[in-house]
Amino acid sequence: MAEALLSVRSLVKHYGAVQASDRFCLEVARGELHALIGPNGAGKTTALNQLSGELKPDSGEIYFDGQDITPWPVHRRTRMGLARSYQITSIFDQLTVKENLALAIQAHNGHSFRFWRKAGDDPATRREIGPALERVGLEERATIPAVSLSHGEKRQLEVGMALVGRPKLLLLDEPYAGMGPGGAVELTKLIRRLKDHVSILLVEHDMGAVFSLADRISVLVYGRTIASGTPETIRADPAVREAYLGDETPAKEGTDA
Amino acid sequence: MLLFIEQLLNGLQLGIMLFLMSTGLTLVFGIMQVINLAHGSFYMIGAYVGATVALRTDSFLLGVLAALPAAALAGMVVETLVLRRLYKKDHLDQVLATFGLIMFFNELTRILWGRQPLFMDVPAWLSGSVEIIPGVPYPSYRLAVIAVGIMVGVLLYLLFTRTRIGMQIRAGASNREMAGALGVNIRLLYTLVFGLGTLLAGLAGVMAGPILAVEAGMGESVLILTFVVIVIGGIGSIRGALAGALLVGLVDTLGRAFLPILLRLFLSPAYADGAAASLASMSVYLLMAAVLVWRPKGLLPAHG
Amino acid sequence: MTVNRKTIAIVAGALLLVALPVIAGLTDEPYLVTLASRILIYALAAVSLDLMLGFGGMVSLGHAAFFGIGAYGVGILSMHAFEGTVLFNWPLAIGGSQAALTVWPLAVLFSAAAAGIIGALSLRTTGMHFIMITLAFAQMLYYFFVSLEAYGGDDGLSLFARNTLPGLDLGDDRQFYFVCLAALALFLFFSWRLVHSRFGMVIRGCKDNERRMKSLGFPTFRYRLVCVIIAGAGAGLAGALIANQTEYVSPGLMHWTRSGEILVMVLLGGMGTLFGPVLGAATLLLMEEFLSIYTEHWMVFLGPFLVVVVLFAKRGIYGILAGGNGNHG
Repeated sequence: MAEALLSVRSLVKHYGAVQASDRFCLEVARGELHALIGPNGAGKTTALNQLSGELKPDSGEIYFDGQDITPWPVHRRTRMGLARSYQITSIFDQLTVKENLALAIQAHNGHSFRFWRKAGDDPATRREIGPALERVGLEERATIPAVSLSHGEKRQLEVGMALVGRPKLLLLDEPYAGMGPGGAVELTKLIRRLKDHVSILLVEHDMGAVFSLADRISVLVYGRTIASGTPETIRADPAVREAYLGDETPAKEGTDA
Repeated sequence: MLLFIEQLLNGLQLGIMLFLMSTGLTLVFGIMQVINLAHGSFYMIGAYVGATVALRTDSFLLGVLAALPAAALAGMVVETLVLRRLYKKDHLDQVLATFGLIMFFNELTRILWGRQPLFMDVPAWLSGSVEIIPGVPYPSYRLAVIAVGIMVGVLLYLLFTRTRIGMQIRAGASNREMAGALGVNIRLLYTLVFGLGTLLAGLAGVMAGPILAVEAGMGESVLILTFVVIVIGGIGSIRGALAGALLVGLVDTLGRAFLPILLRLFLSPAYADGAAASLASMSVYLLMAAVLVWRPKGLLPAHG
Repeated sequence: MTVNRKTIAIVAGALLLVALPVIAGLTDEPYLVTLASRILIYALAAVSLDLMLGFGGMVSLGHAAFFGIGAYGVGILSMHAFEGTVLFNWPLAIGGSQAALTVWPLAVLFSAAAAGIIGALSLRTTGMHFIMITLAFAQMLYYFFVSLEAYGGDDGLSLFARNTLPGLDLGDDRQFYFVCLAALALFLFFSWRLVHSRFGMVIRGCKDNERRMKSLGFPTFRYRLVCVIIAGAGAGLAGALIANQTEYVSPGLMHWTRSGEILVMVLLGGMGTLFGPVLGAATLLLMEEFLSIYTEHWMVFLGPFLVVVVLFAKRGIYGILAGGNGNHG
């Protein structure tokens, strides 16, 4: 197998007596959509926060694109192509849709210690803002303050911002949370389209979505990866079935999908 | 050596005053998430009411007894009228409104008591000194202040660890949502906590009366030291407030006393005194800067 | 509609400011020019604070520190020039100076450097901590200057004359007024460009959602720090001007109540706008003047007034005047 894009080796994170990550391991190959699932309280968010750099692991290493990024701060990881979209939509409410995307573009085009020229006149912004709006289908909403977008549109903008700068790996944190059925269909379409351009690590509760989208799935229980493989293998795995007993059953929901 | 013990006690006494000030303030910060610049005003109210009553009745104790309810009452009235409306607002609004309160209280005391400072006498029964160890006399009044502070500290400890309401307060300080989940009457609890905080500030104020001049604006210099204490100790943490207060009290007092001596070892006397005065006046802030670099959340933060 | 109203208001305001010395001359109230200079200088300080407060979302209660340092820069250099002594002997012998073109940039530089150090420490924290820490550091500098006997300590320093500027006589109140006006206008123009530049976008983004800025790939600490430094430099320029205006500097310039006043000006006028702080400075200082005619205890009215403003008129005067869209003005 070729070298993995993301390789997480034995991450450990304690909160007092609670072991939120217990030798957590994960491999995401180039070009795949890898889903990370697990029952509530399995430590998915803690894992994700360590990958994005918002949380420092107590021990263990994270390799991304062949480099040890464990000690790197958030912004440096982003610049290397590790982008994140948040579970609770995290956009700039006070700014317009266009300005939101323009900020993301700025982040990937040199430093912003430019004090004089209008931000909108920046060559990189002028070049990239059109395609960026198009990618998320918000051309007509460009000059509206982000705060007045619908929930689904905010989600689209959120993902769109993570996509600017062509990341190598996109961390999607429960994108389906709080989505109505219509929005969910749209989102699935969007993610399918994205799959061709970027590797994705999808953390999700919605089993239907996971089993229909993912190339491979890893299952996290009590901070540890108990299984990793194709949807078929995961569905058949006895340990996974046991972990989910009494919670959501992947086998059953999987067949629904 | 004797000088050192004396200065150590002075530092302890300042630390205890700061502890009384910072306990109330750190609780208000932690529980209500309100930055209250006007906390020093209640210190001033305590000092003025105490001094006035003590001068009229010739009894220091009556002064103290009048100062405590006055500060607590003033606190609860202010909480109900103004502070309560600020809980949901951002810190900037809180700063502005409580800054307005300071202006109001300072000017009000100038109207009521004039611009001349009041001087409070140490009560006769505390005016002597005690030999703490042979050959080291120390003013009884300052010892009494230390004793009262320790007593209050013990009472607070009992309040917060042994009583239901105390535990609710503590729970609220370290986790705001939890206080709501406990189903207590939050409004009343807030008013009471605020009143308790201002009562302690008033106690600090009236006890400071015989040591410092009682004048308008006296609250602000102690307020800023209190902020330093809270930043060092960690917001919302009473243990942090105690540790920070003692640290600040000792560093400030010992710095002023011994930096000139220390610097004279290296510099010419004239130059050393100037440098020492400057350095001593900045010492607690430098301490704060060091803590910030080392532990930005304070020494003993409330949140685990 | 709003734009028109705004433009008219700004043009009218600018005309009034330019014509003011003439009006003062005609009405035989030369004191007006002094008062107006004071307003312009404080407006400059308030605009600089608003860059970090209104646009960058950093609530500082220590802005007067930079104001005071700028003023002391002028005072100290002036004292050495007068006495013919040197400020430093090592590594270079640096003497005093009276030339505005030397002294003012130095004063700005001192303030910017102080802002860099204080900012770097304070920005390790946010929210309530940040407020208290900026306040504490400003108070530290206050006590430092109080104890600095070489430069007057508590009593401060008197300048023997205002600084010199080629072609102008700063000693003349009217000429000095126009220098203040020019400084404010230039700083406003600079701030306007800044706010709408790439840097300005980053600063506004940090105010809105710092976490997201980081995950987008911005090292936010650096940008915020530079914003604090720019704000400090602006306050330093204002300080240099106030030292010249009053020909006197004292630790009182950096007392924390001064920081509070500058903050009040920003909020009163409307934060996150450029002209708001100017209006706020004018309002507060005129209110002080006006109330003090009637009572020496004017603060007893001003205090509750502030409380009422917070509780009921959050958007500030500029927000009310400009109507619907007071933002990003």
